[in-house]
Formats: sequence, structure tokens, C-alpha cells
Amino acid sequence: MSLILASINYWVTIILMIGGLYIVVAHGNMVKKLVGLGIFQTSVYLLFLSPGKILGGTAPIISEKFEVYSNPLPHVLILTAIVVGVATIALGMALVVRINEAYGTIEDDEVHEMEQE
Amino acid sequence: MSFMQEHLPALQVVLPLVAASLCALFRVGYLSWLITLSSSILSFLVAVFLLLRVLEQGIISYEIGGWSPPFGIEYRVDLINAFVLLIVSCVSAVIVPYTQKSISARFGSTEQSWFYCMYLLVLTGLLGVTITGDAFNIFVFLEISSLASYALIAMGRDRRGLTAAYQYLIMGTIGATFIVIGIGLLWAMTGTLNLYDLASRLPEIKSSRPVLAALAFLTVGVSLKLALFPLHLWLPNAYAYGPSVASAFLAGTATKVSIYLLLRFFFTIFGGATFFTETPLPEILKILALIAMFAASIVAIFQSNIKRMLAYSSVAQIGFIILGISYATETSLTGAMTHMFNHAIMKAGLFLLLGAIMFRLGSVKIEELSGIGRKMPLTMAGFVILGLSLIGAPGTAGFISKWYLGLGALEQGEWWILVLIVSASLLTMIYIGRVVEVAYFREPTDEVVQLKEAPLEMLWPAYLLIAAAIYFGFDTSFSADLARQAAVLLVNAVY
Repeated sequence: MSLILASINYWVTIILMIGGLYIVVAHGNMVKKLVGLGIFQTSVYLLFLSPGKILGGTAPIISEKFEVYSNPLPHVLILTAIVVGVATIALGMALVVRINEAYGTIEDDEVHEMEQE
Repeated sequence: MSFMQEHLPALQVVLPLVAASLCALFRVGYLSWLITLSSSILSFLVAVFLLLRVLEQGIISYEIGGWSPPFGIEYRVDLINAFVLLIVSCVSAVIVPYTQKSISARFGSTEQSWFYCMYLLVLTGLLGVTITGDAFNIFVFLEISSLASYALIAMGRDRRGLTAAYQYLIMGTIGATFIVIGIGLLWAMTGTLNLYDLASRLPEIKSSRPVLAALAFLTVGVSLKLALFPLHLWLPNAYAYGPSVASAFLAGTATKVSIYLLLRFFFTIFGGATFFTETPLPEILKILALIAMFAASIVAIFQSNIKRMLAYSSVAQIGFIILGISYATETSLTGAMTHMFNHAIMKAGLFLLLGAIMFRLGSVKIEELSGIGRKMPLTMAGFVILGLSLIGAPGTAGFISKWYLGLGALEQGEWWILVLIVSASLLTMIYIGRVVEVAYFREPTDEVVQLKEAPLEMLWPAYLLIAAAIYFGFDTSFSADLARQAAVLLVNAVY
């Protein structure tokens, strides 16, 4: 139990990662797939942020009052990753809209059937 | 001039990036094409200058914004990525003159501009991935190029382009996320993102579990991007239903850049061939590569859409390249890198010629091409030459790279691999032969009789690539010798 609690953020990361990936694979609805993809990407943010946080550490602004600082680098990286993630989901949604216009459905298997014809 | 020289590495990426935003601002088709053309040619010249400088004075390190590495982002050009930069920018510079005719026939002025904007963003991303020395920067550039290429593929003629782009988006994003996970684990273990700083810190902890997990994540992520069997499922549809120009460009460059990443991670960062051969990777990659060479070639034989056939052929050719990587010797890596170069030329050329057929006939279904060799003789003659090169006939570029791949296998005493390489090449002969048989030995149909030869603007870029495919079959002093020098750097993890 203590093993789990000591690294709780990594366990959450793993659960989100596997859950998100499972949704992408298991669901036929194209929007739900994108939701899963979003969850999968979000889990990575946690993976980066966890090692950057130091217990008792403060924001990295140099001051005489503080000696322990958190690492600012992962926040910068994840800000970038969030932007990339947003762009990906937006483009994915735009494609789903176009697919809906072209096929009249956003279910994977129905689209696949129409393509076979 | 010296100011320009100093900033060449940054210019390599900034030029197409600025050009892309200009295209988005002006939104006049012809003007956008001119912008794309000039920035593509300039990028190519920059790549040539960079390569010459690297040959002359060794590694170039460029500090973005004046922040010194490993804290700032470093652009670092050595022989390995100078070679890849040259491949990418050269393929792009040859394709752009061809685009105008093919794109203006289908899109209005504004849409054309968006097309060129996306095209340039793909180019920016690919050049950025190749030139950067920062692991997180790799991810960002990779996503720039991937997002733009999803949009490019969605602009295809057919509505299936949309689903192909969607599928590519899902698989590509999973791949990119795997790469970030790998980079994150490496960063957590070493505290650095600079590739070369990583390389110096990793040897001490290289057998720790997070580092091995990082290697696994990176391998799977990059393999998704480069379409290694069985992670290739996005590729056939994306190449078959995207616009011809996009297929030619992506087939020639995107997968090659991913292969470069694989080489960089395996060899430069993790400590050369000695580390690579300690892991189970060589066996796994060898088996997957062999399956790709055969399974994808056999599937290619049964395709009726020729673009789809060539897409499967790409999966098979990537198998050849990965086979070379799996041996991790100087000769086999020379083969892999030469094949990267040659395959970029051949596949881009083949897709350009198919684009010309699509332009005239409106279809690339094999049964509708009967007798087309009589009506479009130059196009089909080019197709045959590039096809021969793809098979690996002596006197063409494809022969050189397969020769080195075979030598690499022989050096390890595995002569049966040589037999497999030759038989996979015979499968290539079957699917290229099918097209040749239909195009030359059947009576032209009514539609084909009315065809004219492809327009000159579309033919000469393709013929440049054809000339290159023949030239590099005889003179290997550029392609194979450079590849060998790069292979030496990789095997010994020199950085």
C-alpha cells in the first residue's frame, strides 16, 4: 500500500495512459477515439510534471528566503505539449466533421463498410 | 556573407517556416507557388552549403538565441544529418516545380495557398527534426510536420482521403506520444534534453530499467512514424488517397526522417553498435524487417490501385532499410543509409509519374491503364526505369544499396539473408512487371486512345529523379561514400 501511495502520481499516469489507449483501440466512434487520445496525451503531462516537483520547493524565483526550488523546465515543456495536443484534437475534430459530411456517419465500421463497396 | 554562413543552420528551418506564413497571408495560388518554389530551392542550397561546411570543418554547432547548450536549444549538424537534410530538401526542390500544374487543376486560388502552406510546414518540420540537437524539440518539429501532413492527405481527390488522414492522425499521435514518453523517461533519469549531453550521461545508467523502458517507447514510437511492419497500417491509405504531390513528397522524405531518428536514438545516444547488439533489438528488428519485405511485397502484387501498390512497396523497402540497421555494422548501415537516399529518389519519382497519369486519365486503376505505354511513352518509360531501380537491377541506384545490404549480411556469415533479399526483389519484379505488362502489351481502351503525353512541367522533375536514379547507379562517390562515412560515425557513436 505504501508503495502505491509513495508514487501515486505515477500510478495515476499509468492508469490514464492505459485507459486512454484502450479507448482509442476499443471504441468505434471517431469522436470517442479522439477523447481517448486526449486522455492518453494528458497522462504524459503528469509523467513530465511529477519528477519536476520537489516537496517543499517553491517557484523558481531566486530569493534569499528560499533554498529549495521546483524545476521549471517540465512546465515549459508541457505547455508546449498542451499546445500540440490541442492542435491535434482540433484537427482530428475537423476531420471528423468532414467525414460526417462525406459519409453521413462517424462510426468506424460503417465508414469501413461504405469504403469496401 | 559570413553572417549568413554563421546562421545557416537556423535559416534551414526558418526559411520554409516564414514562407509558409507568407502563403497563408497572401492566399493567391500562383504567388504562393512562387514563394514555395523559391524557399524550397533556397533550403536546398542551404543544405548543400551545410554539407560542404561539415565536410570541410566537421561538426557545426549553432546556439538558438545565444543560449549555450546543454541549457539552450542546440542545432547541430554533422555528416549524418547533413546527408538527411540534403535528401529532404532535394526531394522537395524537385517536386515543387511539378506541383503547380497538378494542384491548380484541382483547387481554387485560396485552397492552393493553403496547400502550399501545409506543404511548407511539412518541410519545416522534417528539416527541424533532422537538424535539432534537442530531444523535446524533435517532438515539437515532428508534430509540426505530422499535423501538416494529415491536412495535406485530407486534401485528396477521394473522400477516402479523409478517413486515411484520420487514421494517420490517430496512429501518428500515438507514435508521437510514445516518443515523448521515452524522452520524458530519459530526461527524468539524466536531467538533460540535449541529445549529445544525453549521450555522454547515458552510458553510466544504460542498464537501469527506466532507460531500457525509454528505449522501448522510443523504438515503438518511431517505428509507428516510419511504418515498420506491423505498425504500417496508416501508410497504404494515406499514400493512396492523398494528392499525388503529397504522396510523392511524404514517401520521399517523411519516413526517411523517421529512420534517421531511429539511427540517432539507437546509435548516437545509446552508445553505438556495442550497446545496440547487447539488447534484443537486432533480432526483433531483423524478423520484423524480413516479414515487411515479404508480406508487404506480396500484398502489393494483389493491389489494383497502383498508388496503393507503391505504398505497400514503400513498407517493403522500409523493411530493407531496417534489415540493414539490425546488423549494425559499417557495411550494413552504409546499405541502409544509401537505400534511404535511393528509395527517396525512386519512390518520389514513381509517385510523380503516377500523378501525371492521374492528371491525364483521372485514375490509376491498373485495369484502366491498358496500352497506356503507347500514348504516354515518356511517362511509362520513366516508370519502367524507376521500377527497375526499385527491383535493384544492376546499373541503377537500387542495385548499389541492395549490394551493400547483401554484403552486410554476408559479413555476418548469414548467406541465407542474401537469398531472402534476392527473392524479395523478385517479388518487386512481379508487381512492377504487372504494370508494365498492362501498359505495353494490351490494346489501348477508348479512354486511353484519346490521351496525350503528360505536360512538360510534370515530366522534367520526374526525369531529374530518373537521371539521378541512373547516375547514382554508376557513380557511388556521393551517395554510398557519404553514407559510409556517416555509418562509421554511427557505429562508433561519435558525436
